[in-house]
Amino acid sequence: MDFATFLVQCLNAIQYGLLLFLLASGLTLIFGIMGVINLAHGSFYMVGAYMAFALSPLFGGNFLVTLIAGTVLAAVLGYLLEWVFFSYLYQREHLQQVLMTYGLILVFEELRSLLVGNDVHGVPVPSWLAGSLPLGDLMQYPWYRLFASGTCIVLAVALYLVVNHTRLGMMIRAGASDRDMVRGLGINIRRLYRTVFAAGVALAALAGMIAAPISSVYPNMGASVLIICFVVVVIGGIGSITGALVASLLVGFVDTFGKVFFSEAAGIGIYVLMAAVLIWRPEGLMGRRA
Amino acid sequence: MKHTFTRRSAIALSALVLAAGAHAQGAEKLKVGLMLPFSGTYTALGVAIENGFRLYVDEQGGKLAGREIEFIKVDDESDPAKATENVNKLIRRDKVDVIVGTVHSGVAMAMARAAKESNTLLIVPNAGSDAVTGPMCAQNIFRSSFSNWQSSYPMGTVAARQDGKKTAMTITWKYAAGEEMTNAFKEGFEKEGGKVVKQLTLPFPNVEFQALLTEIASAKPDAVFAFFAGGGAVKFVKDYAAAGLNKTIPLYGSGFLTDGTLDAQGDAAQGLFTTLHYADNLELPKDKSFRAAYAKAFKLQPDVYAVQGYDAAQILRVGLDAVKGDVSKKAEFAAAVQKAQFDSPRGTFTMSRSHNPVQDIYLRKVEGKENKTVGVAAKALPDPARGCKL
Repeated sequence: MDFATFLVQCLNAIQYGLLLFLLASGLTLIFGIMGVINLAHGSFYMVGAYMAFALSPLFGGNFLVTLIAGTVLAAVLGYLLEWVFFSYLYQREHLQQVLMTYGLILVFEELRSLLVGNDVHGVPVPSWLAGSLPLGDLMQYPWYRLFASGTCIVLAVALYLVVNHTRLGMMIRAGASDRDMVRGLGINIRRLYRTVFAAGVALAALAGMIAAPISSVYPNMGASVLIICFVVVVIGGIGSITGALVASLLVGFVDTFGKVFFSEAAGIGIYVLMAAVLIWRPEGLMGRRA
Repeated sequence: MKHTFTRRSAIALSALVLAAGAHAQGAEKLKVGLMLPFSGTYTALGVAIENGFRLYVDEQGGKLAGREIEFIKVDDESDPAKATENVNKLIRRDKVDVIVGTVHSGVAMAMARAAKESNTLLIVPNAGSDAVTGPMCAQNIFRSSFSNWQSSYPMGTVAARQDGKKTAMTITWKYAAGEEMTNAFKEGFEKEGGKVVKQLTLPFPNVEFQALLTEIASAKPDAVFAFFAGGGAVKFVKDYAAAGLNKTIPLYGSGFLTDGTLDAQGDAAQGLFTTLHYADNLELPKDKSFRAAYAKAFKLQPDVYAVQGYDAAQILRVGLDAVKGDVSKKAEFAAAVQKAQFDSPRGTFTMSRSHNPVQDIYLRKVEGKENKTVGVAAKALPDPARGCKL
């Protein structure tokens, strides 16, 4: 493989990894802070993608407005869902959480089928991002993918700032370390959880909206991302956003270069990576040591 | 004691009368088990097949060979791991007379095995796995669609002979259907003097194509042949265009790359050549009336999957008429189907001795939102049925 191709493949890996990070950060927040295994996270990704498809005509195809509206709607949805459903899951065992959130996946898929149907849909790339950047005479790189990666980087930085330099972030980190202590200090843990959950759902939906023009919108699209998402969270360490970033980039590289060099075994590459990391550090790359 | 005796005999007598009455009602309902994908990436295909099947049955007045049809549906989720369990639900629990399914070739193989073992009629309305009418062929197994080889071989010959392409790369998912499609393209392409330099694959149903598109751009072949269907097909065509490859390296496809996906693919698919046994603008009277009836009944445009569902019902009717509704007469059923000529929206076709359609394969070009026929890539092409001992 020549150098130019190698560089482009690195770009592919980073771009894929960053999109995974957006999705995984929401999952690790929910899993890490509230201890809830949320299998329905992939469904929130799907909800985001379908929202991009459904809301885009309402705003005359204005992509940024659709993104903002969709994120707000998703946050509201997350807030309500936590209030009505997830708040009952905190005290339950993990198995019950798995079963109940799996049920939620089925409910979301049926709702999607009833409301929007089963066809594959495309979401057009906004016209100001259409077109591609020529990479020498090798190939072109779509501007939209660069935009998506850029957005993910901005969000990663924003997440870092919120979690490490704001009062809310301090409460989130405290809640991840010791829930009862936080409650004992008089902080309204209920409202904290609700906010974190809403943020997690909004992040997943945003990932879906950003990915929609690239990946198209189709039934059960949440299922395949969900598994990879969990792999990323486990490798990175549960509850660690930095860990999720490192792990997503790792997974991006393993997946991309695995496809090129080991096409026979590309499917299991990321699971082999996960197994290797867990053998070396069972709590994940940046997880808290138990 | 005298009372119980009388009561017991009264119950027994009424049971007898009722049983006799039920038989006296006439022919029993024919149980048709529809095992199709009703969830996941192939959902739209499963729905189209069912719609086509039901349309034909309704056109016959709701009865085939005088028997009313009772439908029993099972969602196969396109999951080969659950396939045997799902098909046995239909065979053992519901005791169906005919099984119709499915889309995914891996699932269809399990269904063919189960149908062969239990000697149940099976009509495959899509899955193109060569093996179904190859080594797994049987007297009671029929296909109303195509074989993977049949649909892709002509694309290879056209690309090499008509368009003068010398080198090509193929790309698909790593599963039976993908391998058969790309191998068939390779066979046709190399027969006309071309050379397939590399066959790229990625795990099913992974849709992250960027890495492999970069490989294609780096290797610069004369042409690329791709097989994907459903959501994957939409993404691949869009990604290919976004990477600028559609201007430098022509993309050829199995028809499934652009069937039922043009709305979502939009501009990215314009000008793509594909081969398939169906197209959107065939000037055939049967096709026009089929398309009108389908659009009226389901408020959707039909596609190749709907046609295959429709013809599956046609095959069932032809066989049933010959055996007068008695599905146990497998040899007569098969003989009638093999002799028949089918008037299908795709054109007329006959059935080969391995129970696969012998049909015209059209060369199509995407223009606007349609796959327009630009010619016939292969006339009355039979599937070679390698390994079939019928």
